[in-house]
Amino acid sequence: MSRIVGIDLGTTNSLVAHVEGGIPRVIPDAEGRALLPSIVAWTPNGVVVGEAARRQLARNAARTVYSVKRLMGRGYEDVKDELPRLPFHVTPQAEVVSIRIGDRDITPPEVSAHVLRALKQRAEAHFGESVTQAVITVPAYFNDAQRQATKDAGRIAGLEVLRIVNEPTAAALAYGLQKLAEGIIAVYDLGGGTFDISILRVKDGVFEVLATNGNTHLGGDDFDQAMVDWLLADIKTRHRVDLSTDPEALQEIRLGAEAAKCRLSFDERTVLTIPFERFTYHRDIGRAELEALVEPLVATTLGPCRRALADAALRPDQADQVVLVGGSTRMPLVRRRVEELFGRPAHSRINPDEVVALGAAVQAQILAGGITDMLLLDVTPLSLGIETLGGIVSVLIPRNTTIPTLAKEYFTTSVDGQATVDLHVLQGERELAKDNRSLARFDLAGVDPMPAGMPKIEVTFLIDANGILQAQARELRTGKAASIEVKPTYGLTESQVEQMVEDSFTHAEADVNARLLIETQTEADTVINHVARALRQAGDIAAEDERARIEAALAALRAARVGTDRDEIRERTIALNQATAPLADRMMEAALKAAVTSKRADRLLENS
Amino acid sequence: MSDYFTVFGLPRKLTVDGEVLQRRFYDLSRQHHPDFHQGADAAGQAEALAQSALINRAYRALRDPLTRVEYLIAVEEGREAREGAIDKPKAPRELLQEMLEVQEAIEEAKAQGLGGEAAERLRGERRRLEERHVAEAEAIVARSGEWDRLVDEGGDRKALLEWFKQRLATRAYFRTVIDDLSDALGEREESHVSHRRH
Repeated sequence: MSRIVGIDLGTTNSLVAHVEGGIPRVIPDAEGRALLPSIVAWTPNGVVVGEAARRQLARNAARTVYSVKRLMGRGYEDVKDELPRLPFHVTPQAEVVSIRIGDRDITPPEVSAHVLRALKQRAEAHFGESVTQAVITVPAYFNDAQRQATKDAGRIAGLEVLRIVNEPTAAALAYGLQKLAEGIIAVYDLGGGTFDISILRVKDGVFEVLATNGNTHLGGDDFDQAMVDWLLADIKTRHRVDLSTDPEALQEIRLGAEAAKCRLSFDERTVLTIPFERFTYHRDIGRAELEALVEPLVATTLGPCRRALADAALRPDQADQVVLVGGSTRMPLVRRRVEELFGRPAHSRINPDEVVALGAAVQAQILAGGITDMLLLDVTPLSLGIETLGGIVSVLIPRNTTIPTLAKEYFTTSVDGQATVDLHVLQGERELAKDNRSLARFDLAGVDPMPAGMPKIEVTFLIDANGILQAQARELRTGKAASIEVKPTYGLTESQVEQMVEDSFTHAEADVNARLLIETQTEADTVINHVARALRQAGDIAAEDERARIEAALAALRAARVGTDRDEIRERTIALNQATAPLADRMMEAALKAAVTSKRADRLLENS
Repeated sequence: MSDYFTVFGLPRKLTVDGEVLQRRFYDLSRQHHPDFHQGADAAGQAEALAQSALINRAYRALRDPLTRVEYLIAVEEGREAREGAIDKPKAPRELLQEMLEVQEAIEEAKAQGLGGEAAERLRGERRRLEERHVAEAEAIVARSGEWDRLVDEGGDRKALLEWFKQRLATRAYFRTVIDDLSDALGEREESHVSHRRH
């Protein structure tokens, strides 16, 4: 079997990992970075992903898509409240929202596919061979449509998704492989956009999920938003400007808020500085101020924790270990609240940003047959039911049932000669169909004409190991298989996905070229900055003709950088590097000499 | 279809050693879980999926002493078991008068608004019913051994089966009224899926 990679497709960042010599490892990019920002930008030169796209956030706000995971498998009604805050335009379709980029409507799975393709390429560069199979993680509390959307994204990216794994469970697998987990484990996973709590029993290599709960619309993004609202109000008071309708300013504020939030996890105070066109905004922020802003959000994670414990029939103090997963658990406030609830210290011995991807790699290795002593038994997070008379839901598969699982239900006709039966399948915990998540409508067709009430149609609802519903139907009197046409309420149809897979091939080449160009441009920028600084600081140790040569090469690269000829930019970059090599050597030498005579060597080296 | 007891090689009895059941569940899962049949052909994968689904449902039905009784009633009556499929609970006759009073209290509270006193009264009722809900479960499980003896001795089990059914119906009815009370109090958590492990 070919190599299977594990992918954490996150709201904010994504990672790819694999198991090598029995140890799961994250595959870094060429610069050694593990995290790929889950950001996709449409530039005049094509689509870019990751760091390059992050740099487009402020200057190309309407065409740079971030946090698309929050839109996966969602309809307009689900997300309309947060749309005004997004700098890109979301087309209000009921079933599948899409993002308008120029004259194209792009669905969330297509956006995610760009991120997945970048990770696929990263893995391929690492292995030196093609990668076509993957395990992808999703929040445990993702419903059927959100899981299906993730699977679709994989397919569009050219990946066969062998398994969808729940993120907290993946984390438990990563801990388990290193024999760091045994007994009752509570995994508290607060990421960029989603929250999960899972309670597992780990015993003899079996990872049995007892219960899970969560909120697929709560995470670091919401903390950032709370800060943004607060900063906007502060800017209004102090500078008398309302920036709430300026998309670029909003992005600058959001990026600044996010960075300040991260610093406040380690420092008690921080200063936020944002330069705007007409003024520069400075704000000293204390950790207590941030905590007051996000406290209500953190508090909303505790209800799901209690419900999961209740479903597992456990008290909080019965957890042997509390594991923290996801970048947002770095906030001291989050840790405090979790520890208070469980009455014990919580830990994140494995890097909370990487642990999910590592666990996905472990699951990939299990599927490849490389690990045989570990077994994962996960659950379905939401009850599955069908709508009955009066709009009441009849539950077929209760939440927290171990998967795979199946339920059979029998239906008949109400009119003589009726040839089809319609079913409405839902997910959720509420009594009325209208309060639950509509999953699909089934049309059972090909029922032989019989008097009303005579046909007995057996429908088998099967939830597979991915937590995705499959359905089969047959008429018991004739034994004939009835055909089911599934009309997903939210999500893409089979033929739409097919079309997107096809389109992705057409665009693939253009996308690769765009990415390469941007990478080359970025590298050129780095070299230009370095050389310009070196000339300012150490120009005096350069001979005059040497200095002239360097300046000429620098001007040539600057000229090439403006254009889009990648080869030209690359050649000029190499030429500039060559021109400055002797100077760089001498600067290093001078720095080393200075180190002998001066305590300030560190600073000189740092500046060179 | 084989019944859930035979899935685990157990006799159709209500006393089950939880440790033994869990071990067999894990062993069977290791054999049949789809994770270990990834390389199989389509038919092999479908088989693993079906087997694994059966094992999971069987374990869920048998791991808890009370759901075990519910499942037993279903197989004894030759019905296909579905969780929570016991007929919509009707108020047991001896409880009718009492439950009518609770419903009246709810209606009254709704009509007059949930003042402190009315809410307190409803909460008191709910507390009382929750205790009885638990007591019913304990009473049912307490007679499990009796069932097993009848199986061993080949005695007549009809009366006990009927008793189990009635107690389960009573318990289910308590649950409905507890939920009604919570609804009236506006304190209902997501609870329409019954939690058989409690």
